[in-house]
Amino acid sequence: MATFVKFTLNGVECLAEDGTQLVEAAAENGVFIPTLCNYPGIPPKGSCRICTVLVNGIPVTACTTRVVEDMKVQTSTPELESFRKSVVEILFAEGNHLCPSCEKSGSCELQALAYRYRMTVPHFPYLFPKRDVEAWHPKILKDHNRCILCKRCIRGIHNKDGKALFAFGKRGDRLVINIDPETSRDVSDELVQKAMAMCPVGAILKKEKGFDVPIGSRKYDVAPIGSEVEG
Amino acid sequence: MGNTITDVIKQYGGDETRLMDILIDIQAAQGYLSDSAITQIARALGIPQVDVEQTVSFYHFFAREPRGKYAIYLNDSVVAEFNDRAGVAKALEEAAGCSFGQVSPDGLIGLFPTACIGMSDQEPAALINEVVFPRMTPAKARALVAGLKAGQAVADLAGTDFGEGQNAHPLIRSTVRNNIRLRGDMVFDRYEPGAALRRAVSMSSREIIAMVKAASVRGRGGAGFPTGMKWEFARKAPGDVKYIFCNADEGEPGTFKDRVILTELPGLVFEGMAVAGYAVGARHGILYIRNEYRYLRPYLESVLTGMREQNLLGAYIAGKAGFNFDIKIQFGAGAYVCGEESALIESAEGKRGEPRDRPPFPVEKGYLQKPTVVNNVETLCSVVQVLVKGVDWYNSLGTPESKGTKVLSVSGDCDKPGIYEIAWGFSVNDILKMVGARDVQAVQVGGPSGACIAPAEFSRTLAYEDLATGGSLIIIGAHRDLLKDVVLNFARFFREESCGSCVPCRALTVMAQRVMEQIVAGKGTPTDLARFVEWASIMKKNRCGLGQTALNPIITTLRNFKPLYDRRIAVGDDRFMPTFDLAAAVRDYDEAVKGP
Ligand SMILES: Cc1cc2nc3c(=O)[nH]c(=O)nc-3n(C[C@H](O)[C@H](O)[C@H](O)COP(=O)(O)O)c2cc1C
Ligand code: SF4
Ligand code: SF4
Ligand code: FES
Repeated sequence: MATFVKFTLNGVECLAEDGTQLVEAAAENGVFIPTLCNYPGIPPKGSCRICTVLVNGIPVTACTTRVVEDMKVQTSTPELESFRKSVVEILFAEGNHLCPSCEKSGSCELQALAYRYRMTVPHFPYLFPKRDVEAWHPKILKDHNRCILCKRCIRGIHNKDGKALFAFGKRGDRLVINIDPETSRDVSDELVQKAMAMCPVGAILKKEKGFDVPIGSRKYDVAPIGSEVEG
Repeated sequence: MGNTITDVIKQYGGDETRLMDILIDIQAAQGYLSDSAITQIARALGIPQVDVEQTVSFYHFFAREPRGKYAIYLNDSVVAEFNDRAGVAKALEEAAGCSFGQVSPDGLIGLFPTACIGMSDQEPAALINEVVFPRMTPAKARALVAGLKAGQAVADLAGTDFGEGQNAHPLIRSTVRNNIRLRGDMVFDRYEPGAALRRAVSMSSREIIAMVKAASVRGRGGAGFPTGMKWEFARKAPGDVKYIFCNADEGEPGTFKDRVILTELPGLVFEGMAVAGYAVGARHGILYIRNEYRYLRPYLESVLTGMREQNLLGAYIAGKAGFNFDIKIQFGAGAYVCGEESALIESAEGKRGEPRDRPPFPVEKGYLQKPTVVNNVETLCSVVQVLVKGVDWYNSLGTPESKGTKVLSVSGDCDKPGIYEIAWGFSVNDILKMVGARDVQAVQVGGPSGACIAPAEFSRTLAYEDLATGGSLIIIGAHRDLLKDVVLNFARFFREESCGSCVPCRALTVMAQRVMEQIVAGKGTPTDLARFVEWASIMKKNRCGLGQTALNPIITTLRNFKPLYDRRIAVGDDRFMPTFDLAAAVRDYDEAVKGP
């Protein structure tokens, strides 16, 4: 039997199942907390930091926090909102994001959040990193320019034997996603499709696929990010 | 060669959580970790090769390509730079015939920079195949390379001018010096092996924890967390298997006290781990020690063996039925972030040193998901002395909120750099007098992640309630270029050492370094300074202490040495971009028009 706990969300008393991830618990109560590295059904790793909220006054990432009785949660303050906008801007300045030519444009979570936070020009110095487009794999195209290193693919994509296809290489600003030649050898079309859908940006593409949804019908053309929760 | 890999893996039971040990041993045998080695390791362990690569490529000392028969790692810390590191580097390059980051054409010598190796009182220092070469000079550098070319052994080239105390021990034989300038009443006082353990077994685990709490022992690793409370959490955490880690990663530039403690008093540290094991109900201890201190390994192993023979480790310790505890040594491979306790645990599990999200805390789910205590070397020493000498004695030292003593690592511009064990509560001025420092411009307290303070603050005291510190003081003389020689060096350090997981830490460490470079080059703007303040608040939301403090060198100097920045800022109209170089921007055009 599930037990329910009372907690306060932006001053309003709410209910959630004990131990629910804060992002979900808030969504169930109509409050949208933006996420980039979090993905339903895979273990969280608080790396993008965009979901930062205040729990009892202390900043924590909502994707790695579970609801407990009497928790006081503040999801939106001017400082938090400005922090979130900064995270989006930093990501644009850190990588090479050329939205108009990207297969994921219109369905990209990073782009959608940039619209949500009304990003015009990034207030951070562009790093213009030299990054590769990796195309040796028969089915997967990896565009490192667009990768935001959210680790979703590492955490969420495994082959039939439960082995990972992706992993990090290096560290710091040299961090990169590597594809395993062996575990990805007989990858099914479905799994590549799943990886492409899971990737928040256009960094994992299924070869011979792209631009298949006309402008106007793409995910965030239809409804902006967050509207699935906020209505 | 193939057999080496299978043998090594067999030796570790084909256990993927021992990947660090496996990689260290294979690299020692083969010189580097080749593509085929990675593939073989992955197959033998039954894990994807990208996972092996993930661990390998995270650590500075793991090589994916040959780094020369002799890889020379020259420290590039601030204090090394103070002591003519540039001259040594140049001499090495000329003698070896290659630049830093390269291997000499004959494959004999490789030259690489490395972050602080824990020798700040005897810089510049280099590491060659696990041998430390402290106090380098350009002349020594030339002689060293000549010796290597002539086929002399690395250990012979280091010479026999062994350091004091155990540095001359037959199992160490190192020219590294202890430089213990002041022995305090706790760590460097007399120590009778086994006394604390005999006392411990006459008490219950609850009583020991109560005693550690009554003494209000706090962590010496930087954060100052109450040790008794940490042990109690771990003791109460459900589960039969628990672990005690001693954190000897000591990567904070300017810190070297744990090296000296482990050289002179490893038994004290190990005894502290055993006491912790008894109090918490743990049977396994792991000393996680940085790779830079690998020259201590045979000696530390022999001390452990000796303690087993004296029944201070193993089964039935100090005659107590059911008290079993043993210690293994885990080496790192070059990553500052692995000093952060959850990254340390990840690393000990064979993974990249990426800090974990909290909760759960290590005391609930730590090493292999079991309750784990991580304590600093010096913290464990304190506990032993509390048991032997009592709570009242401990509480008679220090200040109201900081009891006991603190071992300081002092380096930089002073006559007597080295180790000073003081009671908490000394002022910075007291210390400067003691170490023979004159004309001091600034003191970096607690390493780059701490604060850079100006003379106006030298009357402040070292204590958890005032200037909290993991124990390092870098003294910066009036003649130094603070922004260039110190702040920029630290900015580079953090960029290099970020694990890269959090967006702000990964990107802003790079951006901060670039902007700092521009400021040092006289191309900064007033906007840049305002930016730093905003960035620092963004950085506070990173996952771990590294990212949270990475802008401290900039922020604390901006607060305490603002005129130094103002002097370098391109004054006047802020609408212009001082970084814009018109000549460079039109160079292509000029060349096309005029020809090159
Ligand atoms: C980036 C980073 C590096 C750290 N390095 C060390 C270290 O080298 N040694 C250490 O004892 N603690 C280090 N710490 C602190 C540890 O996370 C932890 O707090 C400490 O080991 C706990 O031991 P204590 O309670 O005995 O101080 C570091 C923390 C961070 C964030
Ligand atoms: S490839 Fe996509 S899913 Fe994987 S880390 Fe990069 S952005 Fe995230
Ligand atoms: S703050 Fe920096 S070092 Fe720490 S977890 Fe985040 S990215 Fe890694
Ligand atoms: S969504 Fe929580 S940290 Fe990225």
